[in-house]
Amino acid sequence: MISRIYITGKVQDSREEIYLKSWRQSGFLVSGVKIVDSYLLEHSLSTSELTTIAGALTNPTLENFSINKIPQTPFKYLIEIGFKPGVTDNVGHTAKETITDLLHLKQNTKLVVYTSKVFLISGKIKIEDVKHIAASLHNPLIETSFVEDEKKVKNNLPLKIPQVILKKLKPVIPVSLNVDDEELINIGKEGIIDETGVRRGPLALDLLSMQAIQSYFKKLNRAPNDIELESLAQTWSEHCKHTIFANPIDDIKDGLYKTYIKGATNLIRKQKGKNDFCVSVFSDNAGGIVFDKDYLITHKVETHNSPSALDPFGGAITGIGGVNRDAIGFGLGAKPVVNTYGFCFGYPDDKRKFFRDKNLTQEMLSSRRIIDGVVKGINVGGNCSGIPTISGFLKFDDRFRGKPLVFAGTVGLIPIKIKNRLSHEKKALSGDYVVMVGGRVGLDGIHGATFSSVKIDSSSPATAVQIGDPITQKKLSDAIVKEARDLGLYNSITDNGAGGLSSSVAEMAKECGGVKVYLDKVPLKYPGLRPWEIWISESQERMTLSVPKKNWKKFKTIMESRGVEATAIGEFTDSGKCVVAYKGKKIMDMELEFLHNGLPKRHLITEAIVRSYENPKTPKNFTKTFEELLSRNNVAGSLFVSEQYDHEVQASSVLKPLSGAGRINTEAQVFKPVLTSNKGVVLATGICPSYSDINTYHMAACALDTAIRNAVTAGAKLSHLAILDNFCWCSSYDKTRLAELLASLRACYDYAVGYGTPFISGKDSMFNDFSGYDERGNAVKISIPPTLLISAIGVMPDLNKTVSPEFKKSGDIIYLLGDTNDELGGSEYYRLLAEKEGTNNIGNNVPKINLEKNLKTYKKVEQLIEKELLNSSISVTLGGLGIALVKASVGGMLGCNISLKNISGNAETAEAKLFSESQGRILVSVSPRNTGAFEKLLGDVAFSRLGKVSSDKKFIITDKEKLINTDVKALYKIYHSFSNKMK
Amino acid sequence: MKNVKLKIKKPKVIVLAGYGLNCEEETKFAFDSAGGDADIVHINDLISNPKMLSKYQILAFPGGFSYGDDTGSGKAYANKFKNHLAKELREFLSGDTLAIGICNGFQILTNLGILPGALTYNSGGKYLDRWVDLEVKAKSPWLTGIKKISFPIAHGEGRYIANSKEYKDLKSNNQIAFSYIKGEVCGFQGLEANPNGSDYDIAGVMAYNGRVLGLMPHPERAMFSHQNPMWYKDKKVKPEGAGLQIFKNAVKYFRK
Repeated sequence: MISRIYITGKVQDSREEIYLKSWRQSGFLVSGVKIVDSYLLEHSLSTSELTTIAGALTNPTLENFSINKIPQTPFKYLIEIGFKPGVTDNVGHTAKETITDLLHLKQNTKLVVYTSKVFLISGKIKIEDVKHIAASLHNPLIETSFVEDEKKVKNNLPLKIPQVILKKLKPVIPVSLNVDDEELINIGKEGIIDETGVRRGPLALDLLSMQAIQSYFKKLNRAPNDIELESLAQTWSEHCKHTIFANPIDDIKDGLYKTYIKGATNLIRKQKGKNDFCVSVFSDNAGGIVFDKDYLITHKVETHNSPSALDPFGGAITGIGGVNRDAIGFGLGAKPVVNTYGFCFGYPDDKRKFFRDKNLTQEMLSSRRIIDGVVKGINVGGNCSGIPTISGFLKFDDRFRGKPLVFAGTVGLIPIKIKNRLSHEKKALSGDYVVMVGGRVGLDGIHGATFSSVKIDSSSPATAVQIGDPITQKKLSDAIVKEARDLGLYNSITDNGAGGLSSSVAEMAKECGGVKVYLDKVPLKYPGLRPWEIWISESQERMTLSVPKKNWKKFKTIMESRGVEATAIGEFTDSGKCVVAYKGKKIMDMELEFLHNGLPKRHLITEAIVRSYENPKTPKNFTKTFEELLSRNNVAGSLFVSEQYDHEVQASSVLKPLSGAGRINTEAQVFKPVLTSNKGVVLATGICPSYSDINTYHMAACALDTAIRNAVTAGAKLSHLAILDNFCWCSSYDKTRLAELLASLRACYDYAVGYGTPFISGKDSMFNDFSGYDERGNAVKISIPPTLLISAIGVMPDLNKTVSPEFKKSGDIIYLLGDTNDELGGSEYYRLLAEKEGTNNIGNNVPKINLEKNLKTYKKVEQLIEKELLNSSISVTLGGLGIALVKASVGGMLGCNISLKNISGNAETAEAKLFSESQGRILVSVSPRNTGAFEKLLGDVAFSRLGKVSSDKKFIITDKEKLINTDVKALYKIYHSFSNKMK
Repeated sequence: MKNVKLKIKKPKVIVLAGYGLNCEEETKFAFDSAGGDADIVHINDLISNPKMLSKYQILAFPGGFSYGDDTGSGKAYANKFKNHLAKELREFLSGDTLAIGICNGFQILTNLGILPGALTYNSGGKYLDRWVDLEVKAKSPWLTGIKKISFPIAHGEGRYIANSKEYKDLKSNNQIAFSYIKGEVCGFQGLEANPNGSDYDIAGVMAYNGRVLGLMPHPERAMFSHQNPMWYKDKKVKPEGAGLQIFKNAVKYFRK
């Protein structure tokens, strides 16, 4: 039987008011809306049981229910938004669990719950407008919408179940590779031809790789099965193998990663000797460093760009969920203690429309919808999991309109020893069960790994979208890191991320030298999946473990008692092979050696490129330009994001994402991962895509310097500071882009070694290009500016010494540490001027790092903080000194009177002094009684005494003449204007 | 003999966990720091051994996102609790015991029907993390010595619903534990007193003569002075945060 339960609110509903407001702003004639929750049940229950259920799903103070009867509210049109068949329906799962528990139903009782939201809309609105609203309420990749006139709606909505029905196809097909190169290319690019004659979607294997596979199977004297090819495609994908970083390039034999990233870390660790704090770097799901004598902290930052372009909410939530699992999959399992994020978006008011196909039927989501969806995805992912989201940033550029960058990071905490065993070491043993825990497997996320290795176009698969279920993951996470781990029940653990089981199982098999998997044992969301789909599906919230047979029963019992599904799906072996069986037949049988190391090397060649730009014209009205700069999306505060992310859970906050009376965004954050310890962990980031148009060496150097400077500014110690790299590049097979990549890697090496800050983990995403069509059907390609995110993580011995960025007291003396040089090239200020003139005149004088000077400054800042001589300190970043002064003032809601006359450095013009983004600078305020000690300690470090903090709220900057004359309240308004618009 | 009050030096606290509750560790830490003896217990372990509840003097439903707020915040967890532990809960509350629900825990307690009223979507429509100032007028073992206090909130469904009659009843029955006011932190950061549109500015309510407390703000996130946004203005304060007082009061109740 099929029935519907409707739950309708009876108190004022703020969601309804917010929808109404936004629809009216769009000009729709709506007078009211009622949101109704619909539960569509397929069941064999009695009427009285249905009533009991409806009662349990209703909070009588807030809601009413009705069964098979739309609530008696007058309306004109109705919109129902539901899920497409097979899409994870979290509310449906919870409702089913509640019902099963309430009625004490047996596990095999027929009961499926599908949920949807029904909007009852009234007013003089026309049906076309209702359809517009419906389109804004759902994402057609994962959701359905149903619009109906009130007159046509009888008492009830259709009782039709969105069940997944899969075509019955042959489970396994052999793929002949006895074909010419052209067909090999086609298979690699567009996929295996199914028995229906349709290609399955990209394997992202190039001719060279296809030929290697061809000759491997020739030696075996058989054709590969589809699952074998799909498996190779996953394992060899750019996403998993990082071929651009691994292959030789120019005369660099060992490739970029080994030479510059690992090379830097190895050298630094050697130089540090017994002070080396690295414990596990590059080899695990996250990097791990020492926190104190009892604990390690881990960090990992991932990107989820391609999925977020198609389904922003789903892409972001699975991004953060995925990187949480990197913490859980570190060593024997670290507890996630902090989430971080970073978003690079197109501008929210960008109204350009883009399409994936030439017929203009597949429209890319608008910039604003991408922003809203991504922001919400990290919100739900982090908040629901009880992990504080404390550190993050937003960046905007027109060129992120084609593909947004969505960075998601997780810091983990793990005891150094668990049951007398070093927690960062793990090894699956031959004879252990291969155990999958967590969610079930569906068609979601098929070809995710290969998809992210190519650009977005009309063949981008919809099934590449994954849906997150944070509670399933939370249950899994708690059961592992809070219980099973400390009982020593398993030998190894890893995340099921890109490539699904095919990656996690084959990776883990390396530890013991073989594996055999029985795919028919894998629990499925719905029947009908073919083995290759089960093997590579990226359905979320799953981990793979190796559990000794003697522990299996106990392990399974614990998991079950926590509501977590655990299934033994095979056994680790020492056969040297990865063997997969399905319904009694061997369908994959490959040597691990070929699977992991068979990918042919390609020699990459670079071709240098020099770009050059004019300077923009200097504006007349200085104060106005100053205010415009402050209001820019890249400069203004992003409170609307920070305050919707729980940053206080786990009771660990020290320096929060928002600080001071004026709640400015901090550029470093501090938290207390162990409640009984006063040690703090400092987090900071640096990202400067704007400079890469001019020079990627300096872009990377500045990103690294900024991350380190931000961290030191809050209280981090260079001696206990590590960094992570996330490269997001575009058109990475283009030789000039490779040259730019190589330059940025050189900078990474130079400055990481220079500052003695080792890389501990990293990730790259090399094809952030969009190829599609504009509204008129013209082909367009949008490539992101080459972007490097550097994330810093450090330990400070006493969190009580943390310094926040805002001014504290009137009368305090304001100093600038470091030199201000004429380095406006690529600055936010020049970007603003260039945009206003409609040119690309962004200058050439990009900021350059003076390592020796900066290092000296940062070490002095450490001492100043140690001696508690700083009342505030803020790193000078985007927008230069002018903007740093605004932030410190607005943060403290205190004025300042500043003179730029004697500023140290070669900047001469007022605009260079105010807006140059010269690196290595920190703006501090010092109590008047401490200035002597302060200046003495600084010694020969470059510094400038700029002026005083004032209580009159006036904000005055003078050079030869008065440049800026305004007040803090006005600046506060401008600083928060972007955020207020986005709320 | 349930109703005879015994002096207990280290009252035992059961802090519930499971299905997405997520503040159990810091809540346990708060009770332990205050001198209690807290255990984190998964609801399924309590269900399989319901008698366990009678060992405890204090019952805590911590904050979190039980069942991801699916079907309504606190609803699914409360349903599960009711289905299996209704009798034990009744017995527990009939003794001289204390109970607290913080944030999601408060939502669970209202759904269980132990506390009056209900909580729904914030008036701003979004999840909100900020600090609030609170005023205490009523008496309760939990609130001894507290008049004004500041904690953070972090919730999407924290708007307390009560009509005028219910409000009158709450007031006259000494049931309003906390009201949002414009105090120190709101003044400092220029924030509105009421963060979520709660009726009559209600932030927390009580029942059972003040023995059962539910509140949206998080006292366990104000255990250290450095957590308060005003700390950076003057770090020379005692390291203990104001929130610990709530937990100390609960422990002290059993020592008297």
